[in-house]
Amino acid sequence: MTSPSATADVLATPSEKSGENYLVHEKGILSWLLTLDHKRIGVMYLMCVLGAFLLGGVFALLVRTELFTPGRTIVDHDTYNQLFTLHGAVMVFLVIIPGIPAALGNFVLPLQLGAKDVAFPRLNLASWYLWVIGALFMVVSLITNAADTGWTFYTPYSTVTTTSVIPALFGAFILGFSSIFTGMNFITTMHKLRPPGMTWFRMPLFLWALYSTAVIQVLATPVLAITLLMLIVERVVGIGIFDPALGGDPVLFQHFFWFYSHPAVYIMIVPAFGVVSEIFPTFSRKRIFGYKFIALSSVAIAILGFLVWGHHMFTSGQSVVAATIFSAITFLIAIPTAIKVFNWIATMYKGRIHLDTPMLYALFFLWVFTIGGLTGVFLGVMSVDIHLHDTYFVVAHFHYVMMGGSITAFLAGVHYWWPKMTGRMYDEKLGRIACAILFVGLNLTFFPQFILGTRGMPRRYYNYLEEFQGLHQLSTIGAFTMGVAFALTAVYLLRSLKKGRVAPANPWGANTLEWRTPSPPAYYNFHNPPEVTGGPYEYADWVYNARVGGYERKTSDGH
Amino acid sequence: MADHENSHATPQSGPELSASHHDEIAHVTPVRLLLGVWGALMVLTVITVAVTTIDFGPRVNLVIAMAIATIKAGLVVTYFMHLRWDRPFNTLVFLGSLLFVSLFISMTLFDKSEYEPDIDEMYLLKGQ
Amino acid sequence: MAQSTAEQLPHHAPDGDGHAHDAAHAEHPFLAHHFDTPKHQFESGKLGIWLFLVTEVLFFGGLFCAYAIYRSLHPEIFVYAHYYLDTFWGAVNTGVLIVSSLTAAWAVRNAQLGEQKKLITNIIVTIALACCFLCVKYVEYSHKFHEHILPGRHFNPTHEAWELESYKKTHGEHAGAHGEEATAHDAAGDTHAAPAEAAPAAPGAPDAQGATAEAKKPPPGALARPRHVSVFFSIYFFMTGLHGVHVVAGIITWLWILRRAVRGEFGPQYFGAVDYAALYWHLVDLIWIYLFPLLYLIH
Repeated sequence: MTSPSATADVLATPSEKSGENYLVHEKGILSWLLTLDHKRIGVMYLMCVLGAFLLGGVFALLVRTELFTPGRTIVDHDTYNQLFTLHGAVMVFLVIIPGIPAALGNFVLPLQLGAKDVAFPRLNLASWYLWVIGALFMVVSLITNAADTGWTFYTPYSTVTTTSVIPALFGAFILGFSSIFTGMNFITTMHKLRPPGMTWFRMPLFLWALYSTAVIQVLATPVLAITLLMLIVERVVGIGIFDPALGGDPVLFQHFFWFYSHPAVYIMIVPAFGVVSEIFPTFSRKRIFGYKFIALSSVAIAILGFLVWGHHMFTSGQSVVAATIFSAITFLIAIPTAIKVFNWIATMYKGRIHLDTPMLYALFFLWVFTIGGLTGVFLGVMSVDIHLHDTYFVVAHFHYVMMGGSITAFLAGVHYWWPKMTGRMYDEKLGRIACAILFVGLNLTFFPQFILGTRGMPRRYYNYLEEFQGLHQLSTIGAFTMGVAFALTAVYLLRSLKKGRVAPANPWGANTLEWRTPSPPAYYNFHNPPEVTGGPYEYADWVYNARVGGYERKTSDGH
Repeated sequence: MADHENSHATPQSGPELSASHHDEIAHVTPVRLLLGVWGALMVLTVITVAVTTIDFGPRVNLVIAMAIATIKAGLVVTYFMHLRWDRPFNTLVFLGSLLFVSLFISMTLFDKSEYEPDIDEMYLLKGQ
Repeated sequence: MAQSTAEQLPHHAPDGDGHAHDAAHAEHPFLAHHFDTPKHQFESGKLGIWLFLVTEVLFFGGLFCAYAIYRSLHPEIFVYAHYYLDTFWGAVNTGVLIVSSLTAAWAVRNAQLGEQKKLITNIIVTIALACCFLCVKYVEYSHKFHEHILPGRHFNPTHEAWELESYKKTHGEHAGAHGEEATAHDAAGDTHAAPAEAAPAAPGAPDAQGATAEAKKPPPGALARPRHVSVFFSIYFFMTGLHGVHVVAGIITWLWILRRAVRGEFGPQYFGAVDYAALYWHLVDLIWIYLFPLLYLIH
């Protein structure tokens, strides 16, 4: 798959030469800022999300540096609270929730579907602008005495603290609408813009994942919106809905908040499942095992995800009956998830595995997500959660699934679709090295945190007992290791834009429709709706052509 | 396919547009139906206010009020909002939202009633 | 010129398959490049707006949830507080919105039939009725602010429920006769006096303390102020306020539709925007259809 030979001239794709590719079709900053092309919007989202990831990552490194020693290391305790609040809020609302759907999905969805664009291109652009505005509000909070409530904004602290909570709340509110618009667009696109022959069960699994995610986005995000609005009004007007002295109830905030935020974690992970569902069959040269099960399990997870929010509230004074119901359904949700994991493994069994960077990230994902997911089930056991709630065990759990799950899959997707988006190949060797460093870094950062948690180290604590220092230091070293991995990734990806080998239309030999277009695609995607006669994971017709460094169809017609 | 349709049809002043007109994009609601639904809504509003003069007890009062509101809502959604003649999937989408709202309300309500008695007791003790 | 920012992209149609597609686009300037026919575009937009309405239902659903919780746990608060609301104005507003729904639905019909003048008239009437609604709300709100009936910690009513006209109408004149009795500033004193005299109509309210202000001592047989009455007004102002914001958004939307209608943009092949605006407007009406009995018709 790694062909060193061809020169830029030979490989210049027809679309690059003719000026039809979406990157060059129009020039100037306004042609980007006012674009209606989903591919350009996807690229803008990608740049923004990666920028926010850098910001959130800097906060993370500051937090981990502070925790290198007990007591004060670099900042005081109030600043520390602000740092972890911003780390969480930026990562959750600006990076992971938009992440795969907005940055990758926007680009890939119409191409994979065989459509010319999403159903509502202007709404798509609006959702990007809302992201930017939401991000600005977060920055406002950051520079004006940043919020220190934790990203969950629990009452009563969030109603009384004098830090800049309202801009952060308002930022999250606006980001919610960005997410809703994306969801509306994707659902409508998949219902209405499928070409002839593209039945629901011929759609790639990435699209099933995006569809399930979009349903969650549309149903859950408005509840977050009203919750944040209630909190803003409570702070400004003192309506008392969460204030016991005025007849309100702070636990009500938790119910409202988690009704969104639990489904939100499925917004974060289901697209990740979709990405690796594309990568495993392609790099095993083998049809995915159990297509329908994977497709429908995404839907099942989306629905079940609405029924478990109380597992965040086992120690909040919830009734035992409610807690039991939530706990039982939490176990249930492990089943469709496990089905996916087994199916991915079965896909690889007896396949011809190619360990290119996207596949390495996918395997990385499989390993760390399984750890993260299983530890979630541990936390779902009420009696265990009593001891582990609000300890580092929880921190480790959600970082394994969010960082190890969502971000790893995001990177897998970025590497997988990079040639299509940019028309360039990155340096494969550096890709593998960075992946390995990240793997080491991630486990070094978060595995010790499981141990810290079971030994009683509480989360969000600035100070800690001497006995925890060793594990904290390991974790901090791991965090900086991850930083090195990300820096290296940024370097070789950026370098590929100028120096990378020109990408063929289909470097990986995948069978989904986006790989039938040139790299990068023409601005109009397809002249005519493509003919869809089979499933998305048939590889028999693709043959590797060393001259172009990619795959071509046996009965090739060039499209 | 509406390839040869004029962009602006000649205005039609009759109350009914032929429902079998194969070029139309969507069903056109007849004026009589619009006025009929409106009339029903106004009447139901009068009824819902008038019924408050009779007291059936707090629970039944609420049930009656909600039932009348739901009938009104049903009329608006079915006729004014066109779901009667629309693709069934749109109805499914709307009903789905109601399902999720009820899920949210019922689970939260269920839980709150569990520990409110403790709070009431606390105030009772305080009062003494 | 940035071509992709226009309504449609230029087409390259070297092969026959694209020809019918291009003909449809040439004929219908409002047909976006990624849809095949006007009907395709219309139905896609419909699905889109219904999805948006789902989000609005869930958005308000949170507030209905708060309402349900507080009313089920403290019905006495709601019974006491409803005397402060004027059923007449609530009913007027209900009627206003229902008429505006009629004109909105009619406007869609007008657009579908290409009836320009009627379309514009119906849109204008819809906007006017929406403004009426806001005026009535302004009257209601300003009255409440004047009486210091405010949400949450600002709740400090000038008159107790048993001093109001609406209460006297249902409970008879005697209830107001002792309204001039000195207010009891000693909260403890209130607590001792109230339980013995509190009307049986307020079950589950062991004392008569207001959240922020001491209640005046009610005359014998009159309804004592239950604990935390401000909860009702918090909910009332939040729900009707948020609804009002949506009415304003609706007015802005209709103004935009009006502008486009005046420019003759709508016709039998392209009326989606009118339809979608009307759907949003009907939802605003729907929410009020539930708010009205829940807030104004408690008894």
